[in-house]
Amino acid sequence: MDALSEAFRLIITLDEDLFEILWLSIRVSLSALTIAAVIGLPLGTYLAITRFPGRKFCILLLNVLMGMPPVVVGLMVYLLLSRAGPLGWMGLLYSPTAMIIAQAVLITPIIAALSNQVIESLHQEYSDTFYSMGVTGGRAVAAYLVDARYALTTCILAGFGRAIAEVGAVIIVGGNIDHLTRVMTTAIALETSKGNLTLALSLGAVLLALSLLVNALVIGVREYAQKRQYA
Amino acid sequence: MLKSANMPNPLLPICISGLRLIRGDRAVLAGVNLTIDEPGITVLMGPNGAGKSLLLRSLHGLITPDQGRINLGSLTVADSRTEQAMVFQQPVLLRRTVLQNLAFAAPKTAKTDRQRLIQALESVNLLDRADQPARMLSGGEQQRLALVRALLGEPALLILDEATASLDPASVLLIESLVKTQNVQGTKIILVSHDQGQARRLADEIVFISNGQVAEQSPADRFFTEPRTPEAKAYLAGEIVV
Repeated sequence: MDALSEAFRLIITLDEDLFEILWLSIRVSLSALTIAAVIGLPLGTYLAITRFPGRKFCILLLNVLMGMPPVVVGLMVYLLLSRAGPLGWMGLLYSPTAMIIAQAVLITPIIAALSNQVIESLHQEYSDTFYSMGVTGGRAVAAYLVDARYALTTCILAGFGRAIAEVGAVIIVGGNIDHLTRVMTTAIALETSKGNLTLALSLGAVLLALSLLVNALVIGVREYAQKRQYA
Repeated sequence: MLKSANMPNPLLPICISGLRLIRGDRAVLAGVNLTIDEPGITVLMGPNGAGKSLLLRSLHGLITPDQGRINLGSLTVADSRTEQAMVFQQPVLLRRTVLQNLAFAAPKTAKTDRQRLIQALESVNLLDRADQPARMLSGGEQQRLALVRALLGEPALLILDEATASLDPASVLLIESLVKTQNVQGTKIILVSHDQGQARRLADEIVFISNGQVAEQSPADRFFTEPRTPEAKAYLAGEIVV
């Protein structure tokens, strides 16, 4: 109970250490999300509206990668960025950039696979009409992205939810270094193992609140779209 | 695009020869031969599953037939694509406002003229709905919007596939009136309808399709008074002929 009230105090007094960790978590996850969206949305759209040999395999691969364990992603990015790895010369290991890369690798397949499903369903609905109207190529892609805007927003929010709550990959490539690569999830794991439940509980509460916010946004966006028949 | 009622329609005559379409082990279009050279309204009639919609979809280029040829004037189906428009039984509207749906369809060669879009909405009594989400319109309103959207490109050929099925009478009459006006302005109209009343009101010519073939092609008044084939007689009498 003492730990809980102390955790609450840390939050309402805007404790410096707590908010440093919180800010880094949000910065890393938003950066990863931006990269994942920039790659994942066009990739998902391309796979939805084009037909080529191996397309189904690509979609299958995306779906498999969606469920890839974060520690495996962490290990792969670690091997890539470690001094002996192909990108070791960049010296990115144990930096926020390495964590951004790991999270981007983790959530790009999620955003691509979910957006693929959304756009494919829209493509089935629109294709005859677009053919009849002579809408093709980039104009069709832009129209799909605009018309699926609310569904795609929920895909992006799902990606953010996964990124912010992820621990396995960022602890491997970030190293959980105080004031440098310590994010909410890695800090919770460390503080719990040290028996410092106060900070762990404070961070847990903030993480839960963030998760609640993201899910509320997903529901809000979906309901708004359904109400206006834009879903 | 059609510019004037006085100009000959560039997509006439429409010549379909030996058109075959196989689905599974069945020829759903079994060697259709048809020439449409009159500029009026042609109505395709026939029982369900006869191949009417498939014929129209082939004509519009949505389906590639297994055999046969389609020529529209001197053009192929692919070459005539920008000269054609099609309105489907279920209108597909973008997830945008009514006005944005029209703006999306407006030809990009001309500067999108808001006044023109407003006039188009006015012609189908949808001006007061301009800023509403299009998919919140009623079925009849959605179909009126789909029709006026199709007409924005001033097509030389307008194809309607049961576009007024299950609409309220007021919407049906409004759409029929627009179709007739468009035809007078020079657009060739081909439509599928099961509604004999509608066919009598609109058609200059009836093409009766049965078992994937053209069973009969007649001027509308003759078709309704003296159908030549037993299939057409049975169809008009309300008997099932499939």
